[in-house]
Amino acid sequence: MSGAEKPTAIRGDVAAAKSVSRRSFLGVLLGFGTVVMGAALSVPLIRFALHPLLTKTTEIGWSDVGKIDEFAALTAPAKRLIRVEQRDAWRKIISEKAVYVLPGKAVRILSPICPHLGCSIPWNEAKQEFICPCHVAVFAMDGTKISGPAPRSMDDLDSKVENGMLKVRYQYFRQLIPTKEPLS
Amino acid sequence: MLNANDPEETTQSQHVTIRQRLYKWLDVRVGVGSILHEALGEPIPGGARWAYVFGSVLLFLFISQTITGVFLALYYVPSSTSAHTTVAYIVKEVTGGSFLRSLHAYGSSVVVIVLLLHLTQTYLYGAYKGRRELLWISGCVLLALMLAMAFTGYLLPWDQKAYFATTVGTNMASDVPFVGTWLKRFMRGGDEMGTLTVSRFFVAHVFIIPAVLIAFIATHVYLFRKAGAAGPPSEDPVNPQMPTQRFYPRQVVMDTIVALVMILILGSLAHFMPTELGPKANPADTQYVPRPEWYYLPIFQWLKYWRGPYAIIGIIVIPAITAALLVLVPFIDRRLERRPWRRPIAVGVFVLILGGFVAMGLMSVRDDRRDPSIAKQVAKQRQEVEQFMREQFEPEGAATSLSAPVVAVVDPLAAAGKKVYDSESCDACHGENGVGTNAGPKLAGAIAQKSAEELSNLLRHPTAKMIEGEMKPVDVSDDDLKALVAYIKSLK
Repeated sequence: MSGAEKPTAIRGDVAAAKSVSRRSFLGVLLGFGTVVMGAALSVPLIRFALHPLLTKTTEIGWSDVGKIDEFAALTAPAKRLIRVEQRDAWRKIISEKAVYVLPGKAVRILSPICPHLGCSIPWNEAKQEFICPCHVAVFAMDGTKISGPAPRSMDDLDSKVENGMLKVRYQYFRQLIPTKEPLS
Repeated sequence: MLNANDPEETTQSQHVTIRQRLYKWLDVRVGVGSILHEALGEPIPGGARWAYVFGSVLLFLFISQTITGVFLALYYVPSSTSAHTTVAYIVKEVTGGSFLRSLHAYGSSVVVIVLLLHLTQTYLYGAYKGRRELLWISGCVLLALMLAMAFTGYLLPWDQKAYFATTVGTNMASDVPFVGTWLKRFMRGGDEMGTLTVSRFFVAHVFIIPAVLIAFIATHVYLFRKAGAAGPPSEDPVNPQMPTQRFYPRQVVMDTIVALVMILILGSLAHFMPTELGPKANPADTQYVPRPEWYYLPIFQWLKYWRGPYAIIGIIVIPAITAALLVLVPFIDRRLERRPWRRPIAVGVFVLILGGFVAMGLMSVRDDRRDPSIAKQVAKQRQEVEQFMREQFEPEGAATSLSAPVVAVVDPLAAAGKKVYDSESCDACHGENGVGTNAGPKLAGAIAQKSAEELSNLLRHPTAKMIEGEMKPVDVSDDDLKALVAYIKSLK
């Protein structure tokens, strides 16, 4: 063993001129191997870190708004708080959200989130309009855009009536675009 | 020929010029040249050898453990309520989570193996000789720190085996004279294992021990470079005589090859046999047979032989003497002779202790196999782990959904079912509200999600496996059965 060690030791260091090409070959091999391995290993790491972006959030279920009879005699939009069950990574959370039930025969429910920059829009009883407190986007009683910076009218939420109970599916929509596009 | 070669020649020389210019630009500002020279130019008497790879491989493994550990912390919460759920989330939900956790868990075992190889090589080669006492001692400190990393990391998943192994581990501390009880309370953050234990172990595992580790790794490498590579056993440890070879390229290539092979082995293990997670720690479990990780088995077995008033000798005195012997080796074995065959006592003692460790570990495994009650319980624990791994990930309930049992009772059918559940003594084995006990499985969760039809069928006609576990067919009226099924289904 140690007999074979000596000549290599000399070749490696003393006969420098001869070993230059060999050294650079080994260097390339080494660098290549390390880069390939590093790249292969970084794939699961990156996928792991990007998991929340790569997976679709679970479908949001239907939340109860109230008995449908309550809304039969509405004359102005009625604000209701609903409970939305969602997954927050490893937790189940129940959060409260506000929605507007509109007066009229066909049931319509509006999201209070302004399609401009996402402020919550209150119903202005005196003016009989929805007026956004942030940048004064103004909407009619049925949510249609009247004036201001909003790119579209207020967003309708999916709703249905089941066994006399009005239900809504709460969603967020992309801001600043003229069409209604749900955020997943 | 000449003409054809000409353009190639020019591009190549231009290429080199750009590279050289970049190198020079960096060298002037950063001093790359001297750094590289310093890092790669280490002379090795007698030349590169496969026997010398372990130090570099350990450094590489440490970096790998750091990276995987940092990534795991992305989803981990150190508290007794969330630790297990978040690890289950990593294993069952997060993309590549099981793979990454396995890399980290197997990595810790590989670190211990390579540490032992590094220690053995250094010892047999007498590489602690010739003014290398501090180098050796810093290595011993690194060994202790790495074992502490393994010990603290083991608890963090907060599953059954983590909980009970750490309960035993921290209890051992109370045998230390005078300060034992205090030490145990200090480690646990109180008398009992609990959420403070998780956060203490987490802080130790992630902040304190790694910081000390990095400091000692730097010290170890510095002292190694200061003393110089010792070379083969026939070399003079103080004034090397042999022709030298530089660290780069041959030794670097050998080190890298072994590191790459390590990663391949680790990656295959993590991919094909991922580490499992057991059910959440249940301190009320009185049947659980805790077993430490394999590298602690020798100590575990050793402790069995020391009972009563002599326990302190086995638990404290003998291990302390062994550790002191290890640390003081360079002061005890002072001759400059390095060849192992000329150091029969030093090598003999080492082989004896190492052999003792291996024998103890094997005896521990043998004991467990021979004792039928333990073998049965271990098999049952194994099944519970497999069962838990098959179950879907169950998210932590929201504070508001904690009122679920109350909601269940609001449903009149389920409320009637609860009465049947209690009067039929289902709770004796399946626990109050179906949380499960040692005698019977948990009903809440996976079982409650079965269809009503399947549940009533199982209650009327239990499977052979259920009967074996002492489950009897439920003998109630059809209406009561319907109510009972409604109650069980409300437990999800």
